[in-house]
Amino acid sequence: MLEIQALACERGGTHLFSGISFSLPPGCLLRVRGANGSGKTTLLRTLAGLTRPSAGAVRWRGSAIDEDYRREMLFLGHAPGVKDDLTVAENLVYALRIGGFAPSGAQCEQALECLGIARLAALPARVLSQGQRRRAALARLALSAPVPLWLLDEPFAALDAAGIAVVSQLCAGHLARGGLLVLTSHQDVDIAAQTMLAIELQG
Amino acid sequence: MAGAFFVVLQRDLHVALRRKGDALNVLVFFVVVASLFPLGVGPEPNQLRAMAAGVVWIGALLAAVLSLPRLFAADYADGTLEQMLVSPQPLAAIVLAKTAAHWLLTGLPLALVAPLIGLQYGLPMDALAILLASLLIGTPVLSLLGAAGAALTLGVRGGGALLGLLVLPLFVPVLVFGAGAVTSVLIGISPSAHLSLLGAFLAVSSLIGPWAACAALRVALD
Repeated sequence: MLEIQALACERGGTHLFSGISFSLPPGCLLRVRGANGSGKTTLLRTLAGLTRPSAGAVRWRGSAIDEDYRREMLFLGHAPGVKDDLTVAENLVYALRIGGFAPSGAQCEQALECLGIARLAALPARVLSQGQRRRAALARLALSAPVPLWLLDEPFAALDAAGIAVVSQLCAGHLARGGLLVLTSHQDVDIAAQTMLAIELQG
Repeated sequence: MAGAFFVVLQRDLHVALRRKGDALNVLVFFVVVASLFPLGVGPEPNQLRAMAAGVVWIGALLAAVLSLPRLFAADYADGTLEQMLVSPQPLAAIVLAKTAAHWLLTGLPLALVAPLIGLQYGLPMDALAILLASLLIGTPVLSLLGAAGAALTLGVRGGGALLGLLVLPLFVPVLVFGAGAVTSVLIGISPSAHLSLLGAFLAVSSLIGPWAACAALRVALD
């Protein structure tokens, strides 16, 4: 479904990677590995359509990426995308509504429950710890089953063991439904998948 | 398109409600700047009446420049802007919504306070009405063109000062025709030509501003 053809990227005049090609079928997990600064985040941002590749193309269902692609893609980057002034629940609702969903209150509560932060729902995100903030951002995943392609940049960063277990379970569930997952991570977290690919970026 | 506009508008107003100080600072800044002029130039009533419109408009311009750097910077820093760019919503609708929120929080309150400032300067009633009208038409232009400037200077070190240098020259026509409308009332001619031109600027900037801001945001987040 997702095809990458001879992708090359450079940042600030430095060559990061080139000639990256792969094709992901439904239910496939792609792990992107590499040292710090090898271009993992840039690769993910390129897949999300944020960064323009210097060569090559990203194709989704056979066509170049456009608005329809963004409807079927979820990207969670380094910055959690959580607004300090809004409460945890409000953050989740706005993130989903901007993503094109209209979640009910019960659904949101369930998602926060799933990530173990239901009791923080009414607190402003300002008072959260790093890990709690990450959980608040990842709560979207629990309600993003209809989105086939997930691009997660270091989703396990700052999470404790219980948090990692919950998120890897969400990922495994997504893959079992036939979703696609591209993941960068320094931790080797077990995620059950029918097909597993890995690419190693040489910095 | 409309859905995205209202979601982002609602979100920005919601955030502003939690940070009332930001909008209030801009308003107080405007009032203070406008109130300082009589202390500097002396209390001669005719002189004050003649310069009232210019003072109010310059205060409005400075207040806009003061508030604009925050338009995208906060969302850029916490990653929510990035999420908006990867969302299926049209970026133009998002930018337009953020611009509208900026105007509702800075331009509109400022326009509503301006007649009080005008009263301090001894403007007659008909001139106060035109001052309000010129600000209601002109301040959205400041938000629209300012959004493009704010997007262009996003992530740039010392972006605030650069933003001022970038957008203040673009604001010149608004200043000239906004203040000119009030002055024309004072000298007894119709302000409709000035107001029509302000309206034309509003129409043009509502096309150019969001378009330029979208392009600049895509570059800033590349």
